[in-house]
Amino acid sequence: MTNDQLKQSKPIFQDLNRSTFDYKNKSDYIKQFKKGLTKELVEYISKDKNEPDWILAHRLRAFDYFNSLSLPTWGPDLSNLDLNEICYFAKATDKKGGFKSWEDVPSDIKDTFDRLGIPQAERAVLAGVGAQYESEGIYHSLEKGLSDQGVIFCDLDDAVHKYSDLVKKYFMKCVPPNGHKFAALHSAVWSGGTFLYIPKGIKLNKPLQSYFRMNAENMGQFEHTLIIVEDGAEGHYIEGCSSPKYGTQALHAGCVEIFVGKGAKFRYSSVENWSKDTYNLNTKRAIVEDDASIEWVSGNMGSGVTMLYPASVLKGDRSCSSHLGIAFANEGQIQDTGAKVTHLGKDTSSRIVMKSLSKGGGASSYRGLIYVADCADNAISQTECDALILDPISVSDTIPDIKVDNPTATVNHEARVGRLNKEDIFYLESRGIPREEAEAMIVNGFINPIVKELPLEYAVEMNRLIEMEMEGSVG
Amino acid sequence: MLQIKNLYVSIDNKPVLNGVDLTIKPGEIHALMGPNGSGKSTLSNVIMGHPKYTVTDGDILFNGESILKLPSHKRALMGLFLAFQYPKEISGITLEEFLLSAYRAHQKILRPGKPPILVFRFKKMLKEMMNKFKMDEKFAGRYLNQGFSGGEKKKSEVLQMALLKPKLAILDEMDSGLDVDALKIVSNEVNELHKSNNQMGVLIVTHYHHILKHIYPDFVHVLKKGKIVKSGGKEFAYDVCKTGYENIS
Repeated sequence: MTNDQLKQSKPIFQDLNRSTFDYKNKSDYIKQFKKGLTKELVEYISKDKNEPDWILAHRLRAFDYFNSLSLPTWGPDLSNLDLNEICYFAKATDKKGGFKSWEDVPSDIKDTFDRLGIPQAERAVLAGVGAQYESEGIYHSLEKGLSDQGVIFCDLDDAVHKYSDLVKKYFMKCVPPNGHKFAALHSAVWSGGTFLYIPKGIKLNKPLQSYFRMNAENMGQFEHTLIIVEDGAEGHYIEGCSSPKYGTQALHAGCVEIFVGKGAKFRYSSVENWSKDTYNLNTKRAIVEDDASIEWVSGNMGSGVTMLYPASVLKGDRSCSSHLGIAFANEGQIQDTGAKVTHLGKDTSSRIVMKSLSKGGGASSYRGLIYVADCADNAISQTECDALILDPISVSDTIPDIKVDNPTATVNHEARVGRLNKEDIFYLESRGIPREEAEAMIVNGFINPIVKELPLEYAVEMNRLIEMEMEGSVG
Repeated sequence: MLQIKNLYVSIDNKPVLNGVDLTIKPGEIHALMGPNGSGKSTLSNVIMGHPKYTVTDGDILFNGESILKLPSHKRALMGLFLAFQYPKEISGITLEEFLLSAYRAHQKILRPGKPPILVFRFKKMLKEMMNKFKMDEKFAGRYLNQGFSGGEKKKSEVLQMALLKPKLAILDEMDSGLDVDALKIVSNEVNELHKSNNQMGVLIVTHYHHILKHIYPDFVHVLKKGKIVKSGGKEFAYDVCKTGYENIS
């Protein structure tokens, strides 16, 4: 890059704004697809994808689980979610496995991803990109150097055919389809998503990203992310997502499964920005082997109701996990987020740092579950939850659950709740900084310990999203 | 430059200031002394626009213009500066970021239409200034006042003052929490600033005369029960410390 380019180059996600996310492409294609969930639909999805029998059987089994399981009896009220009003499967194009070049992607879809800065990020900082639009992937890329080393990064629909042995070995072995109602729903109607395989000892020095976009009204998206990190391998994968706001319900029930092999290190980051009429009922879990580590970095800014508790199963001895998260609940939003860690191996350690913000009547809760099994000698677990409440009408809650079956464990939980301090704001204002900017500085300072864990471009994106939430007065 | 006229202030409907009159002209150094609870800190905070206080009567003019309705940041941009008695500790914001925002806000007023100062230029300028103040450069990257000692906090306040070049600086209980040596250093810095900009007005708010051994006021006022009961020249400060506040009326 020349000096001139350097001077001109602006951070990729600096100009994101509400209209970027709310831009609606035409969605005439949606007319071909019915709303509501039936066995016929489950069979149709499988047939459309020409799936092997075992996947269809898996889907149908899950469909039965879905029908027999009830809605969760804890957490946010989901009784307003009308599952008959959701479209569970829709395609905007008919290109299996997605396009190999952005030039071939239909222009309205390409423009959407351009506005979101995805191709630009791909050129500048990423080793590969996946893009999903409605139910299916439309684009996938991976640096040639990596594919030569045996790294696989593709659409999961694609992987079912191309890498069937790997998929069969790992698919839904981390998150069981009968785990809860929405895991069952996901297993029945899943479509698209990511398959990432990093062979033994391979270390990725740049992140990979997938971006999931919903466009049509009342869409449901059920992408499945399956990540296999072999022994001694290292990688970083980022997920982003968004959708326009229609004022009617949408549903996202994705699933992320990560298998971290012995001595491997993996970081999964996500910046979630679904429209504020979306129910985001997501399941993410990693199984971590000996001497391996998983790091979750999440920013939840969007959705009307979010229930999301990334889980780490510390199966191996000396395995460790780190959960870092930010949740912002603005007007009408419920962010019920947290973390779940199961200590099984010896000398395992986990660390959870969550920062939640609530504003405009929004409700933000931390819900955590730390379990130390009787076989998990010398486990260490540390949780820190900080809540910042930005006005008198917003709420925050902390619901930690700790179960320890081994006396050698050290488990620590700290929670702090604060309000935007008028004296702090006055101090900043007294130096010439206008109030809104002063508030934004304090909020940015509050989330900074998490944001700084992201690559620079994504830290800019996260800050920009927070700025957008901060626009308008704070009471 | 600053004119306080018959100022009445209350907090939670409780009167704190009961008709204060005070005029400060460019270049003058005034000391406002008084016992604890006399309303000294209230006065400094009211001048700066702290939202906790309600002005029930009177006016504050700065360069002839009433500032009572202006938000704090506008007062700052007009050239008012308050060095706090207890500077706030704010996590997540570094001293450098904070000062960059403040400096840019000031530059926007002083040089309208000009692009904001580049980050690296600002960093260089701040570094030089900190060296001059014998402040460790590392403080620039530390969170605002967090883990700063009492002396470091006060030093940081004066550093901010040097950077923003106010027309009127109010030093609220500058000497609280400072040992003799630290007080001397901080006072010298204030004197230097005043020397380099002899139009700068200074209002020293203190309940103790220590600081006045290092910064020489032109005028000394004694505030009691929310009212200035007596004013005098520099030597008056010594009378006050000899006789105590009780005997002044």
